[in-house]
Amino acid sequence: MGLNAGWDSNSRLGRRFFYLSLAAAAIFLLLLMRLWYLQVISHERYSELSEKNRIRYIPITAERGPIYDRNGVLLVDNRPAFGIAALRQDVDDPDLLLDRLSRMLPVERDALQQRWDAGKRLPPYRPILLAADVDRGVMDQIQEHALDLPGVLIDVRPIRSYADGESAAHLFGYLGEITEAELENLESRGYKPGDFVGKSGLEKKLEEQLQGTDGERLLEVDVRGKELRMLKTREPVPGDKVYLTLQRDLQLATEKAFGDQAGAAVVLDVHSGEVLAMVNRPSFDPALFARGISGKEWIELLQNPRHPLQNKAISGQYPPGSTFKIVTALAALQSDSASRWTSVDCTGSITIGNREFRCWKKRGHGKTELKKALRESCDVWFYQAALETGIDKISQMAFDLGLGNKLDFNLNGEKSGLIPTREWKRSVYRDRWYDGETVIAAIGQGYVLTTPLQLAVMTAAVANGGEVLRPRVLRRIESITGEVLFEGEKDLLRKVEIDPENLAAVQQGLEAVVNEPHGTGMATKLKGIKVAGKTGTAQVIRRKSAEEEEAETGKEKTPYRFRDHALFVAYAPADDPKIAVAVVVEHGRHGSSAAAPIARAVFESYFAIEPTKKLDNPGFLGD
Amino acid sequence: MFDRRLFTHFDWVLISLVVLLALVGVTNLYSATSSWGGLLTPIYLKQIYWFGLGLLIALGVCIVDYRHLEYFGIIFYLVNIALLIGVLVIGKTIMGATRWIDFGFINLQPSEVLKIVIIITFARYFSRILPARGFNLLGLGVPFLIVGLPVLLILKQPDLGTAMLIFLIGGTMALFAGIRRQTLVCLGCLGGLVAWGGWYKLHDYQRERILTFLNPERDPLGSGYHIIQSKIAVGSGGFFGKGFMAGTQSQLSFLPERHTDFAFSVFAEEWGFSGSLLLLAGYLLLLFWGIYIARRAADRFGMFLALGVTAMLFWHIVVNLGMVIGLLPVVGVPLPLFSYGGTSMVTTMIGVGLLLNVSMRRFVF
Repeated sequence: MGLNAGWDSNSRLGRRFFYLSLAAAAIFLLLLMRLWYLQVISHERYSELSEKNRIRYIPITAERGPIYDRNGVLLVDNRPAFGIAALRQDVDDPDLLLDRLSRMLPVERDALQQRWDAGKRLPPYRPILLAADVDRGVMDQIQEHALDLPGVLIDVRPIRSYADGESAAHLFGYLGEITEAELENLESRGYKPGDFVGKSGLEKKLEEQLQGTDGERLLEVDVRGKELRMLKTREPVPGDKVYLTLQRDLQLATEKAFGDQAGAAVVLDVHSGEVLAMVNRPSFDPALFARGISGKEWIELLQNPRHPLQNKAISGQYPPGSTFKIVTALAALQSDSASRWTSVDCTGSITIGNREFRCWKKRGHGKTELKKALRESCDVWFYQAALETGIDKISQMAFDLGLGNKLDFNLNGEKSGLIPTREWKRSVYRDRWYDGETVIAAIGQGYVLTTPLQLAVMTAAVANGGEVLRPRVLRRIESITGEVLFEGEKDLLRKVEIDPENLAAVQQGLEAVVNEPHGTGMATKLKGIKVAGKTGTAQVIRRKSAEEEEAETGKEKTPYRFRDHALFVAYAPADDPKIAVAVVVEHGRHGSSAAAPIARAVFESYFAIEPTKKLDNPGFLGD
Repeated sequence: MFDRRLFTHFDWVLISLVVLLALVGVTNLYSATSSWGGLLTPIYLKQIYWFGLGLLIALGVCIVDYRHLEYFGIIFYLVNIALLIGVLVIGKTIMGATRWIDFGFINLQPSEVLKIVIIITFARYFSRILPARGFNLLGLGVPFLIVGLPVLLILKQPDLGTAMLIFLIGGTMALFAGIRRQTLVCLGCLGGLVAWGGWYKLHDYQRERILTFLNPERDPLGSGYHIIQSKIAVGSGGFFGKGFMAGTQSQLSFLPERHTDFAFSVFAEEWGFSGSLLLLAGYLLLLFWGIYIARRAADRFGMFLALGVTAMLFWHIVVNLGMVIGLLPVVGVPLPLFSYGGTSMVTTMIGVGLLLNVSMRRFVF
């Protein structure tokens, strides 16, 4: 080594130099271990964090699948909704901007301020939405004044649009912003807060098919969030196309026929069980939900006494009234308790035990056999037949024809109705069954409850010779590329074994209702097409007969909620049935006057018959 | 004045290492600041000017025999104290700290100069006084006063980082001079007590830095932001790095202070573990060479001088890297030859000049 005066021979110093070097090396090794930990062991985690820093995902909302009628007519689609947003970084004077916007937008100044303040919590360079779904005129105005509105952007996203407004709204259902509970279930399928999902009807049932897959844009941003370049775009995939069995013009005609009346109607193809029309009145405008319903509008819908949100066709449970006499007649004939020639002398009432059961016609129908009993809806004939037949066989026939149980329809919310039996009575009322209850049930009153859908299925079964078909509204589901994902098929629930002669006897009675003098359904009589049907009047609450009530209070003075429900079931053509209809008009009083004309409109539309002028005399008022 | 040893014994190894590291540093700054644009002189170019000036200073320092410094040491020390007092009286305040004196042509930071002055002063002290069994508590009293007075003035500015570094440099030199074992234990206890008491004397932002160091997630957008972003930059570099000019953390400005204190994060992001390993090897080589120069210095003063400069470099490197990779709190210490900054460059290059000086005068003749 060097000639440095010999002092470095000091071994103590030499050792110190050694330790010093060792300490330095050790500390460097520590630094390297830390670097190894960060750069090699934890590399993946930090890589992810660095990507998160630099890449911004901008979701592109997929269009929901469109809904078509059976002929491919577009019923539900999407339209672009224009929102007004502002980019905070480009706004020099927020107060001035909000003042100007409040004069152009249908939004209060305070509301704008609120949204602006809330938007300050967003990351920089994220537009703040100030007004959603503004109309064209406002848009044009905003664009015209673009120079005075620095930082204002227009945000476009697809929202649901409905070709026919309120039409078939209950079938389609409505959309709403996803709730926290729903998000928990659906998050794994790519849903995010703020997404809209189906809340009812087909929108809910077919959420998975209709939703589509959102796309995204990947942008590279710098630390201030400024967008530098587009890295990747994944286009959204629209939802599947849904074809319904619905027939748009029939649906519209049926709805129109209701006028202001509340109620429901179902039209079925008797050979396939396909729903051609499903009407609920009053209806609601699903577009309100698509753009986000306000609290006030929602409360109004909920508090409306006529229940516009309820799908009455599947969840409204009504006493079937005299339309149930079809069931009683078939049960009596099949059990040989009565024949088509069995004659009963109707004096206006019958006494069972010590209780008197009245016919709707006080004076009585006189000598009555099956055809006349159906035609003029004679209660006494059916009281007598029911006593002979017994409740067990009547209930069984009702169940067989599709009443009293859910029909496994394509929508949620279907109700089962109620067909009473001895066991049911025992388990619910802890009491035995009385004959008086049998006769009340025979005319569709008392405990009996049915939905309009069930009545339509029953009518179709009578028309097609006993086939009870599952009603369905889905015809086909196709992916956007045209691949068929689902094809609806005829679904026979059961074939009811009915002696053809017995069935013919009842069918002839139903034809007489519409086509013969004194028939209660003459309001439905058509030129060229023979219709068969049955009217019904369902008492809303137990009280004196409707006629007596009206005699006492005056016809128009009966409070709306106490008025009877009007029913009518029918099929046509009688000799070669194609469609079956069930109509319930809530508080419509008489099936013959309120419900039958609606069925008439259905047939006129379906068979393309020139509508005849409204009859001055709706025929015989009867139930 | 000029002596032949300037040419025959010149330490080419040391100067090559220094130039190499500085060039890597400049290249890294080029990448770190490439997104800046603007009309000002680019940072990397300015750093080249500073390095050129630094080289001239280093050469200037090594021309004069270091042994003359021994006699000037006390004068340097007193002048430095005066300057530190001057800072407190007429200093320039930048970002809440008063560290600079504006001399018109140059902004002087006396606390930086003190690093060198303390090295010279201590080298003189420890080369003269050499207790046989090492220093005891009493013997350390004088060195403690030498370093304590200016450190107190620096803490007043306040500049915790520099104060700490000066303490570490002085401490390393004293330790090498030899301290008795029981004295060390005693000092350890004392240090603990001072740290405990000192916590309450710290400024809020200093306390905040320490708390955030212990748990950066405490304030991810505030004071924890630096360290979190730095760790992301370093970690996302992986083994081979993202490539020169391709570090997203630095190029997209997520990394703060990336041309000064966090310059190494940029390097680690773009060159990965492999690059960091080579860079650290380069620095370790520089340190070993410094120790080697001390080892074969011609006299004890030269040895302590070289040792002090090496200690200065070592602590700067360790504290900066430790901070950048989340091992130490953020204390604003630059990485020598790598971080942008004129003051740091000049101080470092004066140190390098001293090393060259000692190195080439290792022979008696």
